[in-house]
This record gives sequence, C-alpha cells and structure tokens, in this order.
Amino acid sequence: MPAAIEIDDISKHFRLYHEKYTSLKERVIHLNKIPYEEFWALKNVSFDVNWGETVGLVGHNGSGKSTLLKCIAAILKPTSGEIRVRGRVAAMLELGAGFHPELSGRENIYLNAALLGVSKKDVDLRFDDIVDFSELGPFIDNQVRYYSSGMYTRLGFAVAVNVDPDILLVDEVLAVGDENFQRKCFDKVEEFQQEGRTIVFVSHSPDIVRRVCDRAYVLDHGKVVGEGTAPEAISILREFQAKGSGLASMIASINEDSTSGQGQAAAKEEISVPDERVMVGQISVAFPGISGAGHLTPGDPLTVKVSYSATKPISGVLVGIQLFDQKGDVVFGTDSDLMGLEPLDVDTEGELEFSFPSVAVSDGLFSVAVGFTSARDQRIYDWQNQELAFKVISNGKSTGYLKLEPRLIQNGEAVPFRS
Amino acid sequence: MDQANSLPDKNTVASRIEDLPIRVVSPKIGVFTRIQNIWTFRELLVSMVRKELRIKYKNSILGFLWSLLNPALYLVIYYIVFQKILKNNMPLFAIFLLCGLLVWNFFSNSLSSATTTIINNAGIVKKVAFPREILALASVGAALIFFLLQACVLVLALAVFQVIPAFSYLWLVPFALLALVFFASALAIALSAINVYLRDTQHLMELVLLAWFWGTPIVYPFQELGVRLAEKGLLYLYFFNPVTVIVLTFQRALYAKVSYMSGGQVHPLLPAYSPGWFAIQLLIVILVSAVLFLGALILFARLEGNFAEEL
Repeated sequence: MPAAIEIDDISKHFRLYHEKYTSLKERVIHLNKIPYEEFWALKNVSFDVNWGETVGLVGHNGSGKSTLLKCIAAILKPTSGEIRVRGRVAAMLELGAGFHPELSGRENIYLNAALLGVSKKDVDLRFDDIVDFSELGPFIDNQVRYYSSGMYTRLGFAVAVNVDPDILLVDEVLAVGDENFQRKCFDKVEEFQQEGRTIVFVSHSPDIVRRVCDRAYVLDHGKVVGEGTAPEAISILREFQAKGSGLASMIASINEDSTSGQGQAAAKEEISVPDERVMVGQISVAFPGISGAGHLTPGDPLTVKVSYSATKPISGVLVGIQLFDQKGDVVFGTDSDLMGLEPLDVDTEGELEFSFPSVAVSDGLFSVAVGFTSARDQRIYDWQNQELAFKVISNGKSTGYLKLEPRLIQNGEAVPFRS
Repeated sequence: MDQANSLPDKNTVASRIEDLPIRVVSPKIGVFTRIQNIWTFRELLVSMVRKELRIKYKNSILGFLWSLLNPALYLVIYYIVFQKILKNNMPLFAIFLLCGLLVWNFFSNSLSSATTTIINNAGIVKKVAFPREILALASVGAALIFFLLQACVLVLALAVFQVIPAFSYLWLVPFALLALVFFASALAIALSAINVYLRDTQHLMELVLLAWFWGTPIVYPFQELGVRLAEKGLLYLYFFNPVTVIVLTFQRALYAKVSYMSGGQVHPLLPAYSPGWFAIQLLIVILVSAVLFLGALILFARLEGNFAEEL
C-alpha cells in the first residue's frame, strides 16, 4: 500500500532581506545589492507518513516544522524535491482563514469549502453537520463580522473537519477556544484516527503531541534530527532545547555520516552510553518564606531540589536547569558551567538545590527540567522534566511575561505614590 | 457518493486509496497540470465571482442597479456634452461611445482589480492551498458579469433609439467577447503575480490604462486617426492593440454606421472591412491571447512559489 504522504528530499530556501524593497524605485536603486541572507528553512527532509497514522512534527521556533507543513499543504513550494500527497487534504493552519466578514456564516461555509476543493453538492449533504458542530444555530445567517472569536473558530473547525478529508494537517489550532470546544476537537481527532484517516500535527505543546500522535519527527534547523514514538520524540526535543544548537550540530554531523533511519537511532544511543551515568531522581520545588500558598507571586523566591543517583562516583559533571512555560518555550536556562562554577564530583547518591532569590516572571504555569552532562565531552547523562512544577499568579500590578519594576519620573522628579 | 455519506471505517479508507488523486508538490509542475488544477477548482471560481459581486453592493440599497446607472449616466452626459454643447454632428454619438466604453470598462476593471487581488486576499493565499490563478480569473469573471449587466443598458438604448445592428457582423460579437475575456485573463494572471513583488505595478497600471484608453478608438471614431496613420503607412501599428480590433467589432456590429454626411461632406467613421476580415483579426487576437495565457501561467508558476513569504 502506498504511503499517504511521501516526502522526498525536500529543501526550502528563503532569502531573508534585511530590508524589503517592493517599489520599482527602490529595486532600481538597490539593484543587485539588496542585502539578504541565504537561509535554508528545510534541508533534505525525507520521510513517509503511512495511512491512518497521526504524525507529529515538533521542534523549537524556526526549526522548519511549520514550513514543512505548509509545503505538504501546497501553500509553499519547496525549492527542490517532491512531495506526493494522496487524497483530499484539509489544512488547518488558521481556523476560518478565508472567511469574509461581510458574508453570512452560511455563505462562508460554501466559500470556505470551495477553497478546500469541495463541491457545492457535497457541502449541501453535510451542511447540517457543519452547523451542528459549529453550535451556531440561528446565527448561521448573520454576517461573520458580528461573530465572537469563539464562534469564528468553531465555524472554521466545523468546515475543515466536515469536508471528509483523507488527510488532515493541523498547526497548533487546537490550542485555541474554550475547554468545551477543545474537548470536542480532540474527540473529532480521535474519531478521525479510528476511521483510519491520516493526520499530521505541528505543535509546541508536548502534552498535545503525547496525547494525539502515534509517532513524531523532531526538526532542528531544517533537518530531521530524530524520530520515534511521541514520548521518545519529546525527550529528544528536550535534549535539543537543553543544549541549544551545539547538540544540534553534533547530531547533525553524526547523521550526515549515516543518512538512513537506523543511523539516527544509533546516534541517539551514542549520546547516552549506559556504563557511566548520572540519573536525575526526584525534582521538587519549594517556596521558601511563603507558607500555605500553592503558588508564587511575581518576585517570590523559589527553590528547586533535585535528587540524583550515579552508576559510580564520577567527577567532572555539569548540571543544567531550565524553566519552560506552557507552550514549551524556554523561559530561563543555565548550567553550572555557564554559572562559572567548578564541575561537580558526584557520588552514587546525592541532592542538589537551585535556589532562586526572586522569580521575576509574571503569570503562568511553569515546568522545570534538570539534566546532567559530562564536562569533558558534553555527553548528556540524563535529562528529566517535571511538568507544571509551579504556578505564578500575578499580584495585579502588571501584565505580560516579566515582572519588572520601573520607576516613573516626570521632568526629573519621581512621581509620588498615592497616599 | 454513497461512501461519502456513511462514515468510512478503516477498510473503506484503505479500499479507496488506489483511486485517490495524487497531488504532487514540487518546484516543477507543468502548465497543463496547472490548467487541470484550475479546472478542478472551477466551483471555487464561481464562488469567488459571486463573493466579489455580493460584497461590492452589500449594504447598498440600489445594489446591482448601480452598475446599470453608471453606463446610463454616461449615455446622458455624453449626449448632452457632445451633441448639445459641442454640437458634434456624429449621429447617435452616445450609442457609439457606449459600444466601446462597455468593452473598455470590462477590460480595465478586470486588470485593475486583478492587479491587487493577491495582495488583497493575502489571508487565504498564506493559509489555504488552491490554484491562486483563480483569484485573477475571479476578477475577470466579476468584471464580465458587470459587462453583461451593462450590456442590457446598451440593448435598451439600441431599442429606444431604434438603431438597427449590422446583422452580417452580429455573429462576430460573441467571438470578440471571447477574445476579450481571453486577452484580459492572460494579462490579469501575469499582473496579479508581478504586483506581489513590485507593488508599483498597481500605480503604473493606472497610467498605462489611461494611455491605452486614449490609444483605442472609443471616444473618437477609428477613421479620425486611421486615415492619418494610413497616409504614413503606419496603420498596422493601430492593430498591435488587440482591444482596437475588439472595440471595432462591437462598433461595427452594433452601431453599424461606417460614415455619415454632414455639411455636404462624407465623414468616415469605421473602416469598411468585410466580416471575413474581422473574423481573421479576431482569430489572431485569440491565438495571441492563448500564447500570452500560457506565458502568463508559466510566469505565475515561477513567481507563485514565494507568495506566502512576500505577502
């Protein structure tokens, strides 16, 4: 049986212009010397997606995962290589893309379905399903511009999943909408999986990937640097995030030696040679100085305790820590080497404590990851994370990501506090 | 169709696999595959045209009447200005004008709306996969609908002023329209893609269309300029402009007066070519447009690859 999606040696090349010249005058003036950087968003990516599989594409920002999805969806054309996609594809890169605010929900359903290549006759058959799924009821004949963002999203999703796609391409869209709607979306995705449809899923969120995907590919700098079951892929991704591009280039160089799929698996094993290891045990967080509350307020101190065990006493060990937000983006990361500390000597068991005098983030749920590497060859011994380890609830003095404390000065004099 | 109705399980999906269409995404896709893709999405073209029309007159009370009022008003104003104030002796000048003007309105509306269509639809171009040529073709399609509506005004005017069309030329009109649609589509596709990279195109087009308008015998009769060009042996220059041939066909068939007498003198208006001459000219325009159309598709294919990044 042929694969649903065959990706054959795809590369995508972008030119990043420092400044964009789109007028004739500017083009003439800057003829042949428009400054730009060559940039390979994807480089020699090949893999197949089989029928009925749900495959995740994971990677940090700029790893090329969304570009790859857009190429599969035929929105972007690759610079070289070929992708063969069998059957009807519904791409959900943005829900309700192509809705026109002036048209009614009903008219937009037909227009949107036509964009997805579905005939009017087929939409007629499914029209009631679409309206039911969108929960719009009588509002279906109102102009879309009067819809709330929730209604808009629901309608977009309803159209995309009800056009009977053989292959569904999803980019992060499940992350929006209220809880009820999200559950409905997941139910629909599960239904698709049971019906043997193929899904390709791009996400930042390890939770969603783990929940939905059978397999996942890890992308870094436009290359596939690992694949495996969803949990395997996530741990590979974590290793990358931990070591940044240093590890990326290391693995990439190993991969270049052995381009086959087995080569990648072998490369992965090489990172964690079993005879000499330091393992992360328990990661726990404590809020010193705050009694009772299960959360921090911005600026509070935080302690992360890590127990570890090692196969034998090892010297020259580095310990690293990272804090992630809910999207999986790194909020903070460092290691004992970067902190300017001596490499550690570890015994077969012990405990470490990272003590943060002040956590200057505003709102959110954060995960903590801790890992051990060798100071000699950068080898990763172990890397574990504690998801949703702590919660910060804003004290209402500010919004946004960071807790900053600006002072306000008017004409050289500090503005006084309210009495 | 039965399958589509019931929920497919694993087996039905598997059994369909062999029959499923394969979409190839690759930097090299042939022109004929592109034309095939456009054909598969023909329903989208209809939807897009309908959307353009609906949006244009949404929330306006008179709606489609506006597109009829436009030529009707031209008719009245030109009648007053040229025949009453400037004492132009040309019989039924307003009808003459309308013949050319409708053709021109179609042409210029198609091109000016097609030039900006990809930018205006950036939202879907960046997020949905469909043959983007459809956007340019939809601009032409919408302009065609307006043309047909406005043609009603012309037919009404012909009836009111009791103008008898030249029946031996009348059969050429559908071919002239076909040639026009073809020619406009080719330019529309090319311009829509170019404007994504060179935003000057839309401003340049305004000027080009203005010059083109006066280079085409719409407001003045063909022979005014034609006679002088013929003296210098440059008449062929005039026919480099495909719109001239099309406008002439409309004028010859519908206005149907080759010359008129005024003050004891004969004033030539239209060339006295035979229907066969027009047929050959139109055929040439259609063939040239076909070549341009293929060229435009190739150009579009080359530029399209980076639309999503440029927008």
